[in-house]
Amino acid sequence: MPTPTKGPRLGGGPAHERLMLANLATALFEHGRITTTTAKAKRLRPLAERLVTFAKRGDLHARRQVLTVVRDKGVVHTLFAEIGPQFAQRPGGYTRITKIGPRKGDNAPMAVIELVEGRTIAQQAVGEAERARGTRFRRGRGATPAGQVAAEEAAGESAEEAAGESAEEAAGAVPLEAEASVAAGVGSVPTQGDDDGEAAEGSRQIAVPTEGGDTDVVTESPGSAEGPETTSTSAGPGEGDSGAGNQAKAASEAASETSPAEGDRDRGWD
Amino acid sequence: MAVPKRKMSRSNTHSRRAQWKASAPAYSTCKRCRSVKLPHVACPTCGTYNDRVVIPV
Repeated sequence: MPTPTKGPRLGGGPAHERLMLANLATALFEHGRITTTTAKAKRLRPLAERLVTFAKRGDLHARRQVLTVVRDKGVVHTLFAEIGPQFAQRPGGYTRITKIGPRKGDNAPMAVIELVEGRTIAQQAVGEAERARGTRFRRGRGATPAGQVAAEEAAGESAEEAAGESAEEAAGAVPLEAEASVAAGVGSVPTQGDDDGEAAEGSRQIAVPTEGGDTDVVTESPGSAEGPETTSTSAGPGEGDSGAGNQAKAASEAASETSPAEGDRDRGWD
Repeated sequence: MAVPKRKMSRSNTHSRRAQWKASAPAYSTCKRCRSVKLPHVACPTCGTYNDRVVIPV
């Protein structure tokens, strides 16, 4: 008895499943990265990696075996001419699956499956930009403006703090640039694929403790201007903003908690 | 073919359905933008997973 296929069955029958997987593999080798459901990506991975192994072998027999799955001769040519040689040094693990959350409409869990060596120029450019920029990031885009608005509404002190922090931002811009140049120097070593992630992780571990210290400062001194000054020696300007955002959030939450309670009380008296 | 002999009461129906409970999804924090996200899933806010851009934002 043959071993059953690992993972979910796709489509309405064996032929449908074979066709879908072949089409997915064709699209993957054509575009380098495709977005599909997690189930299909998981079924596609072993098939695609087997095809890349054929491409690494590169002889006529291998090419004919690949052509039984991928019917597009142009795609098979790129597979054998470009993708196979790229993976010559890599012993398996040619694809990467990253989950990207549920889809609107049917809530199906989606994933991105891509070839590990960045094929498209956009992928490589993004990787280089990430390395050059380092790992210092401001708080999420949605959180910061809302937090600032709430701070102005809540108390005048916090608004003054925000002004002081903006001045510190201007002062702290120069050291940030210096750090970015250092990170670029580190990242300029020609690394590819998974090595990039490791290099980025090394620099990220430096950044995490400063942010943790910043949150501690925020909890200790609410409404005082000392917090940002103490952190200005080591932390970047964006973290001060996050402190203001936290305070504002706490204030807004407190306000929202009180109002429903009053409403309930009124209802009880009526 | 086996068929139900009696109508199922509302009480029994409701008692069975009382066990249908929704559970809150687990959340984690994005390492880069500190926003709330699903664990093991790329951050929908900054589009990265493991310091690698997955979704171009």
